Amino acid sequence: MKYSYFPGCTLHTQTKNFNDSIKSTSAILDIELEELKDWQCCGAVYPLTTDSAMGLVSPYRSLQKAHECGNNLVTVCSACYNVLKRTNLTVANDGEIRTKLSNYMDVDEYAGESKVLHLLEAMRENNGFGIIKEKTINPLKGLKVAPYYGCLLLRPSKELKFDDPENPTIFEEFIKSIGAVAVDFPNRIECCGAYVSITSQRKVKGASESILKSASNREADIIITSCPLCYHNLAKEQERLEKDDYTFKPIPILYFTQLLALALGLEVESCGFESNKIDARPILKSKGLIYRGDA
Amino acid sequence: MSTKTKTEIASMIKRIELISGESLFKCYQCGKCTAGCVMADEMDISPYKVIRMLQLGLVEKALKSESMWICAACFACRERCPKEVDLAKIMEALRVIQIREGKPLIEPDQVDDKVIEEMPQQGIVSGFRKYN
Repeated sequence: MKYSYFPGCTLHTQTKNFNDSIKSTSAILDIELEELKDWQCCGAVYPLTTDSAMGLVSPYRSLQKAHECGNNLVTVCSACYNVLKRTNLTVANDGEIRTKLSNYMDVDEYAGESKVLHLLEAMRENNGFGIIKEKTINPLKGLKVAPYYGCLLLRPSKELKFDDPENPTIFEEFIKSIGAVAVDFPNRIECCGAYVSITSQRKVKGASESILKSASNREADIIITSCPLCYHNLAKEQERLEKDDYTFKPIPILYFTQLLALALGLEVESCGFESNKIDARPILKSKGLIYRGDA
Repeated sequence: MSTKTKTEIASMIKRIELISGESLFKCYQCGKCTAGCVMADEMDISPYKVIRMLQLGLVEKALKSESMWICAACFACRERCPKEVDLAKIMEALRVIQIREGKPLIEPDQVDDKVIEEMPQQGIVSGFRKYN
């Protein structure tokens, strides 16, 4: 299946390991991702004001372009997904904004006809992760993985319709399909504190700490996410916990496609583990899931 | 004591409702927003109290509060509100009122170089969208 692909600003810069593992795993799963030409940053947050349409210009442009290419649009960063999907719904339902945006940008009017999909949804479209099960040659047996959803994938659920906002299961299904064990931890849908950390990491301490401790209490080996900002806030909080709390054992945080790459039998070197803040290779090695690497 | 007249306060309330697209008076103060808010501990005024203050016309006091800058717009409150009040939009309205009046929370040159270096681009963009 072919899709237009919107990587977003972070995947092209700081989290290349996420982008690389998306591309390498999608290719194996027969998901053809054609990167949108000249895409622009989506704006990272969906504008919550009713009296200005400027924040919608950039995501509208990407949506309109994907539609011109005749494809549905796949994105992976949770923020891009939130912004693009909500914008798509807004332009489908609000003719006035749609006309304003099209006139401003001098493009054909686009009324939300194409779909915006998260990569997980695109993967699930193919026989409910059946293709992943089928192509998994290195099942991650015995690995306890905590799926961290965060906020932007799930909420507001009436608009995103991604999963049950209080009891989501898509990550758990994904984890099962690669042969690992999904850890049920209470804080998997809570916010990490998001952009508030730009003013001070201390302000998001409470939010991030409770997520990490929740996963740690359920003895997770690894936490997975699809949001670079969640990744950052949790990793920064782990740095602090390592210094201040001798009882806390750091948990490697990975992008979900990195684990997928390993399960699909890609070389350890191409999973991008060396770029993670906390190296996952020792735990993967101790579980007998990798035999080489730096660990 | 407020320095504003009743008419001025009424028009500020209207402005918040216009920018957010939300009705402040739908809220019946059950506190569910605050019970589930992961950032509430960091706020000087709890989320449900911010709405109550606006209902009572204490707009200037609400605008002086830090709470709007602490809200991470995670939409947990909106998801759980029995009256479907989108508090994240009300917090956004308070933020943009301050920003449009030339009172942003941060200026780009005030942010530490180390933060800019370490933070993912997504975090930098969203931070400046919310705070400047």
